[in-house]
Amino acid sequence: MSEETAKVLDQEPLYADAEALPTAQNRVKAFIKKFSKRKAALVSLVFLVALIVVAVISPYIVPYDPAAPDYSHMLEGPTAQHILGTDEFGRDVLSRVMVGARLSLFCALSAVVVGTFLGTVLGLLAGYYGGILESLIMRGSDVLFAFPDILLAIAIVAIIGPGTVNVIIAVAVFTVPSFARIMRSATIQVKGSLYVEVARSLGCPDRRILWTHIFPGTIQSMIVNFTMRIGTAILAAASLSFLGYGADVTVPEWGSMLSTARNYMTTAPHLVYVPGVLIFLTVLAFNLLGDGLRDTLDPKLK
Amino acid sequence: MAERLLDVTGLTTTFRTGKKTSVTAVNNVTFSLDRGEILGLVGESGCGKSVTSLSIMGLFEDTAGKVASGSIVFDGEDLTKLTTKQMRSIRGKRISMIFQNPMSSLNSCMRVEAQLIEAIRLHNDVSKSEARQRASKMLSAVGIPDPEQTLRSYPHQLSGGMSQRVMIAMALCCEPEMMIADEPTTALDVTIQAQILELMKDIRSRNNTSILLITHDLGVVAEMCSRALVMYAGRIVEEASVEELFASPIHPYTVGLIASVPKLGSGVTSLPSIPGSVPDLSAMPQGCKFAPRCKYAQAVCRQTEPELAPVPGGNGRKCRCHLFGKEEGKEAQA
Amino acid sequence: MLRYAVKRILSAIPLLLVISLLIFMFIHLIPGDPARIIAGKEATSYEIENVREQLGLNEPLLKQYGIYMAGLLTLDLGNSIRNGATVFDTIAPRFVPTIQLTLLAMLWATLLGTLLGIMAAVRRGKTLDYVSMIIAISGISAPSFWLGLMLIQLFCVKLGWLPVSGLTTWKSYILPSFTMGCGVMAIIARFTRSSMLENLKEDYIRTARAKGLGEFFVILRHAYKNSLIQVVTVTGLQIGGLLTGSVMAETVFSINGLGRLLVDSIGFRDYKVVQALLLFFSLEYIVINLIVDLLYGVLDPKVRYD
Repeated sequence: MSEETAKVLDQEPLYADAEALPTAQNRVKAFIKKFSKRKAALVSLVFLVALIVVAVISPYIVPYDPAAPDYSHMLEGPTAQHILGTDEFGRDVLSRVMVGARLSLFCALSAVVVGTFLGTVLGLLAGYYGGILESLIMRGSDVLFAFPDILLAIAIVAIIGPGTVNVIIAVAVFTVPSFARIMRSATIQVKGSLYVEVARSLGCPDRRILWTHIFPGTIQSMIVNFTMRIGTAILAAASLSFLGYGADVTVPEWGSMLSTARNYMTTAPHLVYVPGVLIFLTVLAFNLLGDGLRDTLDPKLK
Repeated sequence: MAERLLDVTGLTTTFRTGKKTSVTAVNNVTFSLDRGEILGLVGESGCGKSVTSLSIMGLFEDTAGKVASGSIVFDGEDLTKLTTKQMRSIRGKRISMIFQNPMSSLNSCMRVEAQLIEAIRLHNDVSKSEARQRASKMLSAVGIPDPEQTLRSYPHQLSGGMSQRVMIAMALCCEPEMMIADEPTTALDVTIQAQILELMKDIRSRNNTSILLITHDLGVVAEMCSRALVMYAGRIVEEASVEELFASPIHPYTVGLIASVPKLGSGVTSLPSIPGSVPDLSAMPQGCKFAPRCKYAQAVCRQTEPELAPVPGGNGRKCRCHLFGKEEGKEAQA
Repeated sequence: MLRYAVKRILSAIPLLLVISLLIFMFIHLIPGDPARIIAGKEATSYEIENVREQLGLNEPLLKQYGIYMAGLLTLDLGNSIRNGATVFDTIAPRFVPTIQLTLLAMLWATLLGTLLGIMAAVRRGKTLDYVSMIIAISGISAPSFWLGLMLIQLFCVKLGWLPVSGLTTWKSYILPSFTMGCGVMAIIARFTRSSMLENLKEDYIRTARAKGLGEFFVILRHAYKNSLIQVVTVTGLQIGGLLTGSVMAETVFSINGLGRLLVDSIGFRDYKVVQALLLFFSLEYIVINLIVDLLYGVLDPKVRYD
């Protein structure tokens, strides 16, 4: 008796208005509406877009040649001519951080893109096929996980040597396991859902099921992890450069700028402040953006 | 004449939803409870019955809810006027509560004994071992066959029925005058349900404990209570003795609720149900809150809200309906 | 519990073997002729041959692996190329400062992170919540080496309160351990907050309040105890972050610990030492994770009695 009563009484409230129906367009609208309420994430997004624009067009807008020494203005603090001061060769710090943004962002972005791609493919395969392939991939990522973040990158650079490309490879490798894990569990979840069962019963080939049915279902957690990982990658790349494993020291890059600035800490502290603050703000922006995306896209993800 | 224990008058509870907006979950609710009485509080989910019980307990710490007006007089003392500290000394000691999901209502990280001893020592100045002995006695009193074993267990090692017995033991360990049972059997198997209900009846007759039984299950009300309140959209719509309520429900909502309960041998193949659903708290209809779902609703129902008025000739019976006593209402009972 | 513990310990063994194999392969993974790279660009063929001899690269691979594994078991990890001392003697004196700093950092990061997380959860949506979470997200975002430099700038250069480098007095431990623990503290704070928020919504919290229990005990005895299970896991994983932190902090503060030794040895292409350090760091990480897993079993009765 009580079961029937409960059924009658627990009727779901009816949402009669058609706008609440989750069409793709409405979903995007709902996302924008929800996301725009997150002030911190919004500000971060604006900051990052501005930063990327500056980085891209920096060669055309820099006030000075970032590589041109000026021995009459060495290690000067901020002045009217050099808003952010000059470094040990009298080079304009503003110009150097603007151009440096290119390399720093490029490094992190390309590393995460490569790492995401590999991790996603491996995770999808592991989650979808299971069996030996899954244990192989997941044990592999366990091994990579056993080296804590930057230590793994350091080890890789120790093997293949310093340099921009090698830093990208190193950072990419430690991005792989986190994506493989997320994708695997997301894939296993989606795999059990009805629409994938239906697709399979209709004789859909595996590759098609993976890319058209399973992959889109995992995209939200991917976007969130991708954003967060860029922050980590910038930190890792900067740390490697700081330790001297990064690009050639003559090339402007935030981490290596900090590394040389260390020697002038007492005489020219602005050399430490500027690139450090930029790294900090950029990573902060990526983290805040990631937080905002997570809260709007995928509240279950922690 | 039984002694009055609890008098709730004009209780209105609101929840803040934004900086300046709020919704009213319980609106002008008035009822009383005698010592040793089992009072049923019936309604659909979201009708405000649980909020009523939380208002009595003052359990709004983690929510935006608060008692906006009205009084809750318990044994001569208005609970809404007490300080947090005074309220804490009443909670668990004089009024205790059991909940719908016994499994999740026990702390999964603590042994049963720790949770019982905590409850006992909170309100009684006894040593740990005395408290433990008392806990063991309480467990046998609620029909747990091996109290020692249960005391040492963690909640996940107990069945649902066992967990609810432990919850009841915990609620009773300070010999409260009143117990609020919020859907105590909803999450349990049917056979266990009957056992738990029997246990509660037993407790009432042993200790003269008053019980406020909150449920959506009319069968439980018929089984347990002497009197029942029917709530809808935060308001009491009908109050009657259980016999009267089932024999001749007046409010169309009550009529619908009772009609939707299947009866043995009635030969009916499909159960009538009440169309529509409970109105959203933030978008309440004007007039009678049940009017949009009521098949007898007339113009007056949609404009003004009826009062909870005494039913002529009814023994303390009340109903909130413009149409009560009219022909349409009678037809529905047939 | 015992079965759980044995199972966890046994499952760590294959991981250890794979990692030791990977680290053995380390030298062979270097593209090109490892001996030539290790010896340096200007090395004569005699010098290269010498390096090859020293690293035992002339032996068959399987024999090399045998020697390596036998060395591992007897703690004989070969000699440092840089100064000829045994790897063990090179590493041993560096051990203490790193462990001291790691423990110190762990201690304050866990305490402060937990405190911030609990306060933020309890005062959700209030100023204290926002302040705690701003501190936390800043801690995650700040590069530790930069943070170290800024601290030196403030406390050593400007104020002159604390020493710049080395580990001589108790004062010299403050900045490095702070630098190391910042990120970990932030992660623990964020995690504690979200876990506490989840637990505070649970039914048993309502039960505890209905008992008449005070808010303080509701939060600590009931909500936090449940959060602790989850927090311990994250804290354990973060120790890996601390090991990394030691590399950065020891470099910034010129401390002769394992992290700095790793950086220096890579610089000198002292691969035997690098190999040993990587092995040590990953071993430490695995052991810590194992301890966390066991602790998890102690804290969560569901695991303990499985």
